[in-house]
Amino acid sequence: MSADVHNAAAGHGHNDAHSEGGHGSFQSYMTGFVLSVILTVIPFWLVMGNVLDNSLVTTLVILALGGVQMVVHVIYFLHMSTKSEGGWTFMALIFTITLVVIMLAGSVWVMYHLNHNMMPMDAHDVMNNAR
Amino acid sequence: MMHADTAPPGAAAPVFYQTDEEGHHSEGSTMLGFWLYLMSDCLIFATLFATYGVLGRSYAAGPTPKELFDLPGIAVNTAMLLFSSITYGFAMLEMDRDRVKQTQIWLAVTGLFGAAFVALEIREFVHLFHEGAPPWRSAFLSSFYTLVSTHGLHVSMGILWLIVLMVQVGKHGLIVENKRRLMCLSMFWHFLDLIWIGVFTVVYLMGVLE
Repeated sequence: MSADVHNAAAGHGHNDAHSEGGHGSFQSYMTGFVLSVILTVIPFWLVMGNVLDNSLVTTLVILALGGVQMVVHVIYFLHMSTKSEGGWTFMALIFTITLVVIMLAGSVWVMYHLNHNMMPMDAHDVMNNAR
Repeated sequence: MMHADTAPPGAAAPVFYQTDEEGHHSEGSTMLGFWLYLMSDCLIFATLFATYGVLGRSYAAGPTPKELFDLPGIAVNTAMLLFSSITYGFAMLEMDRDRVKQTQIWLAVTGLFGAAFVALEIREFVHLFHEGAPPWRSAFLSSFYTLVSTHGLHVSMGILWLIVLMVQVGKHGLIVENKRRLMCLSMFWHFLDLIWIGVFTVVYLMGVLE
């Protein structure tokens, strides 16, 4: 009798969850693709065509466009939303982005200051320090 | 008295355990788990990007990005990966309609674009070696090869995975398990395209700008 109960539970559990959606439609894929193409062509055009004279401005613009394109990919290709998997994938994403920002900004910042403060030593200084 | 023929005398009534059957319907937890894997992979790439960010301007009097990188070639590479992303999307849409043949065709097209990407990247590396820019030439080149080839290795593994899944789909059709696997590979593939956005922006475009 108890075996019957377990079987019933197992049979109930086998409802096909693949139809729950979670991936996009033709329109959403095409939207993502067209946006990606635009967001890829603009930075290549800016750099290859030397459109802006100021390379700092160009750097900031292509970094911003790259960031926007990453968001486009996450939304239209990876089908992330704040609600998928009960919000857990979004939580994991936010946590990862936080770590990545700390890691990238921290590394570049610390090492830049280190390079700045460590003046290149010439042979005379090396000998003095060794003594 | 009732259990006389199923249990030995003196034993308690038999208990049956359902061990691993339950796993099949929990597709959601597989997707969440795979997402967590991708996030950890993201951290690997973040460390490599940070390394490149720190060392990317240390040329050791060797060749600079401006002399080495061929932007039109990188644009073609980017296009290959972007096309493969949309064709994988088409494969997923056909999978939703349970059309095995169309799914297989789109998967094959995706694999070919991926293979073209890897082939172009290998060609670029060979070219760089001939230009006198091997990984051991400078810190910039060491960090460059580490970052870019890690991504290329991921794409190569993705192609291998794609071939395995095409064989699986050919053998067993679009069963629930294969759909789950295809969805995992879909996330992996789109994730690699996302990483490539960072690579072409930070390494190639910003490298040439300097």
